[in-house]
Parts: sequence; structure tokens; C-alpha cells
Amino acid sequence: MAERLTINLTVNGRPRELDVAVHHTLLEVLRDDVGLTGTKECCVVGECGACTVLVDGRSVNSCLMLAVEADGADVTTVEGLANEGQLNPLQTAFLDTSAAQCGFCIPGQLMSATALLDEIDEPSDEQIQEALAGNLCRCAGYEQIFAAVRQAARGRSA
Amino acid sequence: MTELKVGMSPHRVGGFERVTGAQEYLADIAFSDALYAKLVTIPCGRGRIVSVDKRAALAVPGVRLVWTSDDLPQPVPRYGPQYQDRPVLAVGETKFHGEPVAAVAADTKDAAEEAARLVKVEYEELPGVYSVEQALATGAPLVREPELRPDDELAHSNVLTLRQFGWGDVDAAEADVVIEESYSFPMITHFAIEPHAFAAAPDDDGIAIWSTIQHPYLLQRLMAKLLGMPLAKVRVYAPDPGGGFGGKQNIKLEPLVALMALETGRPVRLVLTLDESFQASRRVSAEVSVRSGFDRDGHVVFQDIRSDYMLGAYADIAERVVAKSQYTAAGPYKVPNVRITARSILSNTTPACAFRGFGTPQINWAVEGNMDAGARALGIDRAEIRLRNLATRGEDVVPGDTPADGLWPETVKAAMEAIGWDTPLPAGRGRGIAVGIKSSATTGLSYSTVRLLVDGSVLVFAGTSDMGQGARTIFAQIAATEMGTTMGSVSVVMGDTAVVPYDQQTSASRSTVFMGNAILRACRDIQAQVQAMAARLESVPERQIVVDRGVVSLPDRDVPIIDIVRAGLGKLGGEIIGNGVYRKEVQPDHPLGGSPAFYEFNCTAVELSVDDETGHITIHDHVIVGDTGKSLNPAQVAGQDEGAAIMGLGHTLMEHMILDEGGRIRNLGAIDYRIPTSMDLPLHMRSAAIENEDGPGPYGSKGVSEGGLLSVQSAVGSAVADATGVVIRQLPLTPEHVWRSIRDARQSGSKLPSR
Repeated sequence: MAERLTINLTVNGRPRELDVAVHHTLLEVLRDDVGLTGTKECCVVGECGACTVLVDGRSVNSCLMLAVEADGADVTTVEGLANEGQLNPLQTAFLDTSAAQCGFCIPGQLMSATALLDEIDEPSDEQIQEALAGNLCRCAGYEQIFAAVRQAARGRSA
Repeated sequence: MTELKVGMSPHRVGGFERVTGAQEYLADIAFSDALYAKLVTIPCGRGRIVSVDKRAALAVPGVRLVWTSDDLPQPVPRYGPQYQDRPVLAVGETKFHGEPVAAVAADTKDAAEEAARLVKVEYEELPGVYSVEQALATGAPLVREPELRPDDELAHSNVLTLRQFGWGDVDAAEADVVIEESYSFPMITHFAIEPHAFAAAPDDDGIAIWSTIQHPYLLQRLMAKLLGMPLAKVRVYAPDPGGGFGGKQNIKLEPLVALMALETGRPVRLVLTLDESFQASRRVSAEVSVRSGFDRDGHVVFQDIRSDYMLGAYADIAERVVAKSQYTAAGPYKVPNVRITARSILSNTTPACAFRGFGTPQINWAVEGNMDAGARALGIDRAEIRLRNLATRGEDVVPGDTPADGLWPETVKAAMEAIGWDTPLPAGRGRGIAVGIKSSATTGLSYSTVRLLVDGSVLVFAGTSDMGQGARTIFAQIAATEMGTTMGSVSVVMGDTAVVPYDQQTSASRSTVFMGNAILRACRDIQAQVQAMAARLESVPERQIVVDRGVVSLPDRDVPIIDIVRAGLGKLGGEIIGNGVYRKEVQPDHPLGGSPAFYEFNCTAVELSVDDETGHITIHDHVIVGDTGKSLNPAQVAGQDEGAAIMGLGHTLMEHMILDEGGRIRNLGAIDYRIPTSMDLPLHMRSAAIENEDGPGPYGSKGVSEGGLLSVQSAVGSAVADATGVVIRQLPLTPEHVWRSIRDARQSGSKLPSR
């Protein structure tokens, strides 16, 4: 059987000790071992962004990172955005602008946008487009997603 | 409360789940004690399966099944929505790259993947047909065995069907100018961000099947037939798909998974990779030649259209795609003489199926291209030539069939106004405009049950699949409006054939009209019961009582509907159950089995520039105007229109599946197959709706989900010709293709005179 290692992850603020297969990606461990399925699997080659999570505050394609590489890291997934059932301003903005259509890419979009807004308070349109360039949306609700990010940015700087 | 009304844009129903990660897509469902399935394929298009050695795979710990077609019931069951042509696993040979030769089921995903890699398939590549030209060549290998096509005079060819439509007399028609050109439209893939997924589990003496499917009730019927079970013993769960776009309309690999579940007695799940999804569905590609006759005023005198649509190895629903799109091939125009000849051609490629637009963009590219050519030949403005030919409400497009059902010329004028068609063109730019129509559903049957509960909250049962178009929200808006309650008090139940009544399909932009009407009728049923209840409670004749949406008007006062319901239901409480049916019957003599329920009409106008050095196209402005009848949720209409437009820019500018000489897909997966990203958008995009409440749906609505995509390629192609003087008739307009076309035109002197 595959080799296994014990790793420590903090996922959405909760420390976890996990026994993982060394070849499993962070995406697989989050979905299959931790049971947080909000992070989505699509291309598994780092192109679509559906699996985007924050690792120590940086946005990462979790399909490209082995779980063992995340040992000791602080991971935030889409499930970690709301606080006790209260949506954060970015999530609310996604609802306000009808940005979520089928919704499958939305967790990844939210995480990339979170990383952007954590870095830049008032991003320009170009910065928003660039920050989300790795998150494909086949429903192509891009304009609505940009509008949501702008709304959330305004809320932060207000 | 504004959120009560249709015509508003409340938060999407299911939106909360989608922004918190709580939305449960099929791959997120936890099955107890499930087996993981994995497909085994071979790296060739058509290949003879010489032998399959399962021993190493079976030795992997946790592997429960390794199946080839030899392990299936014999003859191997075949299935499909139009033809019973697809075997559960490849029989004797693979017909296309990615057709499963074997399948594995194991206790863990790792074991299934390892075992699938260890199944040793010895195979021999066979000559196959991977293009229209190869498929039609004399002596071409046959994709479908003639013995599977009894009583079919085309059985010894790769032509599946020949469809002919038309009216008038093309040969007798006299034209001042005749344009004859050929166009091509590539294979593209749906690329829903959620790959296809399937699961099945024994369910007492029946079976439960989970699928990312758009048409759960058709799947139920086909599975019941294949398994020899009554419909009531086949329960299909259809969780909201993560994007469908037609690629998830019909049965794909559910039979394999169901048979594995019945064999092992355990749940079996099969989640495809994106690459495998590429091999599960694609758009029908097309080669189209159009001969168009115009009089000197620019009126179209005739259209003579010959289309070769390339299907895949199995028909799926693609022959219907061809028939339906070709029926309206002449477009939204009044054309007195039309001859349409369309061939559906089988090939050793990914089974083609429905794809947003259902064959229309392919034919639109050609016919709208010829409209431009006619305009250029006659010196008539490209928008003007369209206005001169467009049908408007009440006028025929196909004589004797559903007439034009909207104010189409006004729609075009709105797009012209928005793009500034008659304003001076900035240097280096080009503009293009194009129109498209698509027939909606030709038959239909939708049932809905609405339950008004004793506290005034409402349950709506609707068998539609909400794959992002927002059907739940629309249905909740209708029910909230009619029952006089808030959006937050309505729940819409979908996705379980054992609980939710029958709905024929989720496609053809039909759900707002068909299911919307069924829900409206179910609400009317409740209102009638409330009226009777009020008459009893108030001891007045029913005719003196009016129930209008949430208000009951009694002779002396108005009361909220819930007050009557509470009083009428009494101490035991309970609920009022309403049922609604909306039906459009089959017309046996109609070439499509029925006339279009409505048309989706859309006009696209763009302004762009082309980089001479690189061939790169920058779209500066992109305008979409659709005739929606009534936009029940304007934000969702904009999302559908603009999303469709951007998806259309994909097949216009960048997308095409590339095959090698052996039929292998060379750009399999997200690295090599590009779709529009946030960096590929028009600099400015706007959508607008013409609303005259003249549709057959609730409150005068029509369907809207495909319009924005129908004529994108044609408007962009027109604008490229306008900007560069070079007409390109093969999609996609990649930078390399555009650059080469400009260079070739310059060298051959075939460039159009500049504006």
C-alpha cells in the first residue's frame, strides 16, 4: 500500500492531525479525508482554479500541492469564509451581483478574490481581471464576478 | 416587498449554498461503502481489441470488478436517446478515442486508478474516419456496422440521415446577384467546470441512479428499459449540475455504473476527469455551403443550403441537433424559395450531442456570412440588408409554421443604436452585426405540484435541472408572486424522480415557459380551492370572490390568502395541494414532430480591432439584444445572455478540438484547450432585452438561455472583414489563422476594398 505520513494542518482555524497518503494532493485530502467538499475538482492540472484555497494566506491550486507539502500550514477553504453562518461581505456581494450561476467555480473565485483583497484594498479592474485569470467560469459570469469584487472592495475601504 | 414580484432580481435561490461551499454536487455526495469505478481506454481512435489481460488489475487489493464487454449480458446492451447504438463497453473495437474498453470498481479511488492502469489491452489500430471528407470517401470504413442498421438504405455509408426541408422553387427563382460560399465550424467541447459524474446503488428491488444529467426522466425511461425494471423501481437523483450547456442532456455512462452496482450489491460512483468529459460530449462540427440569391434591392430571393454535420461514433441526440437547426436554417428572414439539404455523418470521434444553440451557430455562421457577402456585392449596408429581409411579428419564417413572434427589426435597431452603427468608425476598427433565431421545444410536457402549507409557506415541485440558468429562482418568483408570499418562504424541490412529478427535459430554453406555466397552473389550482374555501367560510357564492395572487377579495373586504387558508384548514391544519400541467402535443405530420413553441431571437453587434502583426482580435464593444417577451429576472437574463455571448466568443476566437491522423484528441484537457478567461473578454459588453410580453410563458415570457450565442461568430467575422478587408470562413479566428488569412489575402490580392 501507499506510504503514509502524519501531517498537521490548520483548516479554517481548526487544528487537525491527519494521516495522509504521501501521493495525495491537498485537494484530495481536503475533500476525501477532511470531508470539506466545497473545494472543487475539475482540471487537476492547475489551469481552471476550481480547487483554489489559501495556504498561509496565499492562493494555491490545491490540485498541484501535495498534502504533505502543506504540513504545518494554515489552510482556508470556502467553508472558512462565513462566520457562524453569517456571510462575509465578499460572499454577500457575489449574491448581490448574481455572480454565482451553476456555482461550481465559485468557491475558487471567492478564494482568489479573497487573496486579492487581502493584498490590495482597492484593486483596479485590471488587477481584478488578472487576479481571477486562473479561475475559469464556463457560465462566463465574469462581469458579475468582477462587480462583486468591486462591491466588496468598496465595503472594505468605506 | 419588491421581492415578491417577477421582473425583479432577488438573490438566486441556492445562491447561499453556492457561496459557502455547501451546494452538494454529485461528486460531493458521501455514499456509504461505495465502490470507485475507473475507465480503461486505449490511445487510438478506431482500434481492434485483440486481448484484455485483467490479472494484474484483479490482484490489486480492494479491486472488486474488472469488466470488459465479455462480462456483460450478451448481446451487450446498447442504448441512446435517439438510436440504440452505444454499447455499455466497447465491443470488438473502439469507435472513438476514449471509448471505454474495460472498467474497474474498487474499494478506494487509489485502487481503482492503479487497477485501471494495470489492465493490459492489446490492440491494433484500425483505419477510421475522422473528418467529413474521410467519412464520405469511397470505400471508407463504416462507423456503424450495417447489421445495426436494418432496413436502412444508407446502412452501407457513413451517412446516418439525409434531411431535406424547403419551400418555393429555388431553381426557378431569378436573382440579380448570386453568392456561393463554403464555411466550416469546428468541434468544440462543453467544458462544464463540473466534469460528468454518475453513481448507482441497489434500492430494495430496484435501483437508484445519481447523474449530473439535464433530463432525469428520460434517463429513468432508458434505464428502466435497459434493466427490464418498471419505471417506479428506477429512481433517478439529479443534483444540480455544475454547468450543462447540452453536454449533460442525455444518458452517458449510467448503464455501466448501474450494472456494476447490481452485480456488486454496493453503491458505485464514477466521477470523470475533465479529460474524460472531453471524450464524453462535444458540439457537432459542420461544413456548410450556401448559395444565396438576392434581388438588386437586397431582398433574399432564394437560399440553397447544403450542410454536412459531423456526428461522432454514436448518435446521442446529434441527429436531432441537425434536423432542428436545419429546419430554420434560412434564418429569421422572409425568404420565398428555400432548399435545405443536410447530412448527419458518422465519424470515429467523440459522440457529438446537444450544445447550447443546438446546431444553430454552425448554420448561422454560413447564412449570415452570405448575407454580408450579398450586402457587399450590392453596396448595401450590412444592417440594412438584414432589416429589409427580417420577418416581424406575425410574418412567416417557415411558411405555414409558427410565425415570427417578436419585434425582430426593433431588436436589431436597438443593437444598432447601442453599438453606434451609424456613427463614424474609429480608425483601425471594424463593426459587425448579425442575427439569429433558434426554435424552442417542438413538443413538451411538464407537471408541477405546488403545496401551500398552513403557515403560508410554499413547496414547489419541479422536475427541471437547475444547472446555472437559475430555474429555481424563476420558479420561486412565480410561486411567491401567485401565493402572495416572500421568496424566503418558498422552497423548490427538484432532482428526484420518486418525489417530483414528470418533466420532459431541461433544454431548448424551455423551462421558464413549460415548467413555469405548469407551476402557474398549479398556483391557479390552489387559488381556485381557496376561492371555494372562502365561499364556504363566508357563505357567499364563489362568483363573488376573486383570488388574485396573494389576495382574496370578498364582497366586503380584501384579506390575505393565508387568512382564508388558515381558517379553512381548521384545527387539524394541513395544506392545499395544487397541480398544474403544461403540454404541447406531438404533431405527427410535422417534420420535427411539432412546431416551435417560440423562437429565441437575438442580435449581436461588435466593434473590434485586429492587430496586423499578430492577428489578435480585440473586441472593444459587444452588444447583445434579445427578445425575451418579459424578463422575469433581469439579472439572470443578463447573466444568461452575456454568459452565452462569452461562450460564443470561445468557439469564435479560440476553441477547437484537434485530432491527429489516428483520431486521437491532441488538446485533451485544460492546458491545451483554451476557453475564455477573465483576460479574454470584450473591453465593453452590454446586453438588453426587448420586452413586449408576447411570449407563451408566464407573464408573456419566452426562454432566453441560448440567444446570446447564436450569432456571435457571425458578428465577429463580419467585423473582422470590416476591419481588415479579409473575409474568413473557417472558425476559430485564432491569431494565427487571422494573421495567415490577412497575409494570404494580401499576397493573392483578394482583399476587399477598404471602407
